[in-house]
Amino acid sequence: MNLEEFIKAFAEEFDETPADIFKADTKYRQLKEWSSLTALSIISMVDDQFDKTITGADIRSTETIEDLFNIVQAK
Amino acid sequence: MAIASIKNVKIAGMAACVPERIEENRDYTLLPPDEIEKYIETTGVERRHCAIHDGSICTSDLCQKATEGLLEKLGWVKEEVDLIVFVSQTCDYRLPSTGIVLQDKMGFPKSTLAFDITLGCSGFVVGLGVAGNMVSTGNFKKCLLMVGNTQSEYANYKDKSMWFLLGDAGTVTALEYNPEEADKIDICYSTDGSGRKHVIVPDGGSRNPVSLKSFEEEAVGDGNFRTRLDEKMDGVEVFAAAITGVPKLYKQLLQEFNIDNEKMDYCLIHQASKVLFEKLRKKLKFPEEKTPMNLKDFGNTSGATIPLLMVCKLKEELESRPLEMVMAAVGVGFSIGTGRITTNKIKVCDLMYL
Repeated sequence: MNLEEFIKAFAEEFDETPADIFKADTKYRQLKEWSSLTALSIISMVDDQFDKTITGADIRSTETIEDLFNIVQAK
Repeated sequence: MAIASIKNVKIAGMAACVPERIEENRDYTLLPPDEIEKYIETTGVERRHCAIHDGSICTSDLCQKATEGLLEKLGWVKEEVDLIVFVSQTCDYRLPSTGIVLQDKMGFPKSTLAFDITLGCSGFVVGLGVAGNMVSTGNFKKCLLMVGNTQSEYANYKDKSMWFLLGDAGTVTALEYNPEEADKIDICYSTDGSGRKHVIVPDGGSRNPVSLKSFEEEAVGDGNFRTRLDEKMDGVEVFAAAITGVPKLYKQLLQEFNIDNEKMDYCLIHQASKVLFEKLRKKLKFPEEKTPMNLKDFGNTSGATIPLLMVCKLKEELESRPLEMVMAAVGVGFSIGTGRITTNKIKVCDLMYL
């Protein structure tokens, strides 16, 4: 999965935030819809799509969607 | 490796008791209704049976009522019981052990061995291994394994990560030394204490004694507040640890004991939250109809969820036909257990209320 596909999969975990908001440099943890509940969805999505587990600490160490993508790739 | 294959033990019966009092999650006053619905959707919990936590109903009281009912149904007399194992994180006192309190309050003979195991959500699986191993030797003939929690006590009303989740319940499982009619009881364990910071009541033990500061409510992010005597749970970290740790230990169970998922009647998954339950169900590869769920009406009752699930959802089948089941639980610690058990027309009491 490349960055573009990751962003698309990332955006699909959100219900209220329009998909076109999500870009590589989006500071996703500042989105209004971001919460511990969406964090669970993202961890679950990464597990499904990559068979890798990211932790809460991983998420807190990132700012942008690309940061998170890089962490997933490095796992 | 922590693997237990327990011989000579028959699971004779089960019972469970919950507080009559109900907390409706939709009655929560600090969030608008649409926000509450989001929590309900994720946790799967609509209501929970909760004690008031003024000392009037403790975990031991729930276990006591369940046990009195089960003894009557089994026709066991108290003089025969030689082992009481009480598994909980909500004991009557810091000391003595609650199992010992129950020996006296319930009138078991002084020849009974009674002690506590302090564990949360993995409590039933671990307790079954500890008690099962003791009974397996024949040194102990009749055991009452009590697993329960009244952990809603630890949830701060202003902490949404806990408040919507925790319910109270007490359960009892009767084990007997019976080589002729022994059940299969096979269990795998794993322990990762590095997760302790993610699920913890920080103050009140010996490490952080209670002080005035323990009672101060602190903002902990996401608009949540709690004191250091309340339970902190980092649901995101628990989720991440569970979705890797449980499937791995389940795979070990399958390999170690040559278990075929297809031949299992049920897979009993710890009722942590709907989102984790569903994820584990898929990773353990079971269809919905083989994984009963009762989160909606009871919430997460910690170590009690698996026996409570059996009493609530499988009573008729447990009583009428032989069953072979696998189970998986993950909880505070982190402590994880996976297991396979059989039952053969056991005695199960209707769910009791106190």
